Amino acid sequence: MTADTIPRPDVLQMDWTAEADRIARWIVGTLAKRLHRRGLVVAISGGIDSSLCAALAVRAIGPKKVFGLLMPERDSSSSSTQRGLQLAQHLGIAHEVFDIAPALAAMGCYQQRDDAMRRVFPEYGPAWKSKIVIAGGLTGGINHFKLVVAAPDGTQREARLPAREYLQIVAATNFKQRVRKTMDYFHADRLNYAVVGTPNRLEYDQGFFVKVGDGAADLKPIAHLYKTQVYAIARALGLPEAICTATPTTDTYSLAQGQDEFYFALPYAQMDLALWAMNHGVPAELLGAALGMDRAAAERVYADIGAKRRAAQYLHAPAETIEPLVPTSPA
Amino acid sequence: MQDIKAQVRQFIADNFIMGADGVALGDDDSFLEHQVLDSTGFLELISHLEESYGIKVLDDEMVPENLDSLSSVANYVARKQLA
Repeated sequence: MTADTIPRPDVLQMDWTAEADRIARWIVGTLAKRLHRRGLVVAISGGIDSSLCAALAVRAIGPKKVFGLLMPERDSSSSSTQRGLQLAQHLGIAHEVFDIAPALAAMGCYQQRDDAMRRVFPEYGPAWKSKIVIAGGLTGGINHFKLVVAAPDGTQREARLPAREYLQIVAATNFKQRVRKTMDYFHADRLNYAVVGTPNRLEYDQGFFVKVGDGAADLKPIAHLYKTQVYAIARALGLPEAICTATPTTDTYSLAQGQDEFYFALPYAQMDLALWAMNHGVPAELLGAALGMDRAAAERVYADIGAKRRAAQYLHAPAETIEPLVPTSPA
Repeated sequence: MQDIKAQVRQFIADNFIMGADGVALGDDDSFLEHQVLDSTGFLELISHLEESYGIKVLDDEMVPENLDSLSSVANYVARKQLA
């Protein structure tokens, strides 16, 4: 495959089992030689990424040294928790279900979020449901978010979020990922384990994570894998069918919300191909041919990937210091 | 229109550039290309324009042609005020 031919999905093919073994060896080496911890904590959402991470952790160091955490809250789908439990049992790992809703409520997560939503829709109340969806980027506009609310009778309305309300809703919902990370590290410290971060390549590259939330971890074993590859390796490792066929969602808002409507410009299989093509210098018209869109649309996809990549720089960056203070690798 | 441009320049200077060394913005310089504004920055700019000039920025007007430089913002706001 070269940069001057139409990219096909098989560019993402690899020997799935060999890749799982390569990652497992890397996990063992990283844990023993760099992190110096005795095992791994994995927060299990019921989705494919964290499920594969848990499976790879078990492949690397065995089930007795892996601790799974399931942390539902008010807006989590009950099916996510059921899939997470199914995975923990399938892998034979110690695990705990810890409801983070009381902590979130005490910190004002739901109150702050709902206050901001009510500034946009004053009638928004406890029985209503909501989500935010991305708009703009794929039509050549500036990326922005819309708030979608559903009344108890099911009728839906949407409105563009002004900066202040958008920021407050995101800040409030980010409590969820940050509280979960606090629990990850409680157990990691208690057990002298390291924390596994579960982003796939799309999420890592495009900044689909919360800084000091799910973005924080000691090792990220699938950050180099496109989502298509994550599914394929999960299947190769024989993970439960319910996990391998679940639609990716954010599981963060009360209305059903796909990851592509929340953040990514395209469904994941197309996003994989677009990101791969961008990483390999494929011209926009060839990407367009692969995705069934014209050159201008493919250029907008590339522009959107670039914009999100720039925004992700802040999310990835450690705290700035006026000069380098501590060597980050052994001299 | 010159007033609008000067006022927006001041808003950008106060809130985004904040006196940082070596950041100069020409009338036609792209906010995106110069990494002065990201998508959240544009939302803040839009809120400022709506509050300051009594206009409503429609979704399909949220395009770089209307908002990605001091000149384009000034032209856009002037057009909206006439509409």
